[in-house]
Amino acid sequence: MGDSENGVIQFENVGLRYGLGSEILRDLTFHIAPRSFQFLSGPSGAGKSSLLRLLFLTLKPTRGLITLFDHDTASLSADSLAVLRRRIGVVFQDFRLLDHLTTFDNVALPLRVIGREEDSYFDEVAELLGWVGLGEHMWSKPPVLSGGEKQRAAIARAVIARPQLLLADEPTGNVDPQLAQRLLRLFIELNKSGTSVVIATHDIALMDQYDARRLVLHDGYIHVYD
Amino acid sequence: MTSRITAALRKSFARLRRRPARPGRETRGDVHIVPKDSIAANALAAVVAIMTFLAAVTSGGVAMVIGSANEWQSEVAREMTIQVRPTPGRDIEAEISRAQALARSAPGVAEVRPYSRQESDRLLEPWLGSGLVLDDLPVPRMIAVRIARGAVVDTAALRQSLAQSVAGASLDDHRSGINRMRGMAKAAIAGGMGVFALVLAATVLSVTFATRGAMASNRPIVEVLHFVGAKEAYIASQFQRHFLGLGLKGGALGGIAAMLCLMLAGRVSDMFIGTAGEADAAALLGRFSMGFTSYVVLAAEVGLIAGVTALTSRQVVIHTLRNIE
Repeated sequence: MGDSENGVIQFENVGLRYGLGSEILRDLTFHIAPRSFQFLSGPSGAGKSSLLRLLFLTLKPTRGLITLFDHDTASLSADSLAVLRRRIGVVFQDFRLLDHLTTFDNVALPLRVIGREEDSYFDEVAELLGWVGLGEHMWSKPPVLSGGEKQRAAIARAVIARPQLLLADEPTGNVDPQLAQRLLRLFIELNKSGTSVVIATHDIALMDQYDARRLVLHDGYIHVYD
Repeated sequence: MTSRITAALRKSFARLRRRPARPGRETRGDVHIVPKDSIAANALAAVVAIMTFLAAVTSGGVAMVIGSANEWQSEVAREMTIQVRPTPGRDIEAEISRAQALARSAPGVAEVRPYSRQESDRLLEPWLGSGLVLDDLPVPRMIAVRIARGAVVDTAALRQSLAQSVAGASLDDHRSGINRMRGMAKAAIAGGMGVFALVLAATVLSVTFATRGAMASNRPIVEVLHFVGAKEAYIASQFQRHFLGLGLKGGALGGIAAMLCLMLAGRVSDMFIGTAGEADAAALLGRFSMGFTSYVVLAAEVGLIAGVTALTSRQVVIHTLRNIE
């Protein structure tokens, strides 16, 4: 689980097209360093979500090389990719919480799927839920949570397994500016504890609140501002 | 050593005391990754129950028809008839006794029963009407020969010895009737098996499609499990176990309902025993009863349908995961 030699993720001349259409992502070459913090921005339709899906290994590039934790992702089996995916936490724009499970069970899901018993993680999950301000909603189910509470539950689920990389897709898109600021502080704290963070957003105000590296997608190309 | 165990126990109890309890009576074991009582799951269980019921009733009916067809064949094949025609100058009763003795001495014959003059006359009543005096007519006399179960009688030898020793005697082993009956029985068995195969195919197809329908609503769960790093085998096993349970639940309901129906039909048919209609129906269709084989077939059907449900869910999970990637 140590830091990878060349970074958490390395993209080399990566291109992506859907079907026979033109390339929507072209010649992407960049890396995400261990313990780094970056915003991923760009106009709507620039390919932010596609890039996040490439980063999260749910899309395969049409060309180029993606190295994740020093592994060439093209040569990995589905099970090996699943194991690598456990080192990445994702916060989806639409939260993707399971409505039939309690907040506790949603957050504990990444630990449960690796075979851990509830006794071994109960305290960890309860503590994290308290930290994100959901201690009182531990046994509530997502349908009764507000947008901001769902967002925090989704973030808690993404970080419960102490991932080395956290990807967040528009994490402040559904919350008021005050909560957005709180969530940003949460990401900064996570980053300080050693997690690399990539936040996809086009919220300029959010990016202005923290001086971090910016990856800007435009016309399918990526521009890196360190 | 003991102190270490005591310390560990104390630590565990302390942790349990600190821990907020799950609400209501829910325990960790009640938390299912795949929702247990969704509308889609209940609908699927209902489809499985109905299809299992139909398949089980069909298999019960087909087993009955096959049993009856086999029974017809063996019953008819175990009967032979000796006909003794009156011959001028010969005492027919003496000829009948000789024919009876010859038949009795043939290996494989279980029972020989000559028809009396009155019984032979009664055989003509459907054609000649009742109340006629047939004493002056040369009415042939019949001897019913019953073959022992599983035995084979050398009919050629018996026919030859009858021809040599009994005047006016002939042996009818119902060969042409048996062949026709065998053809009918085979057709009934083939028809029954065909109907059963069709019902089973329809069951498998409808259960497959119902499972796919139920799985469609579970796609978000498959995706989330995939995104949090669950392996394909883990996700597939969660759904396979859940759907196997649903299949077994629905199958057991349908199977028990079918069993009760067949038993009820058996009881109802027993109530009519002794009536003419019941005798005809029993001769043609057999009796409503569930033997050991029927129970085995029923259990196999439930197992097959539950297996189809589980495997379909597994297939859908794998297909969904391939699509995500």
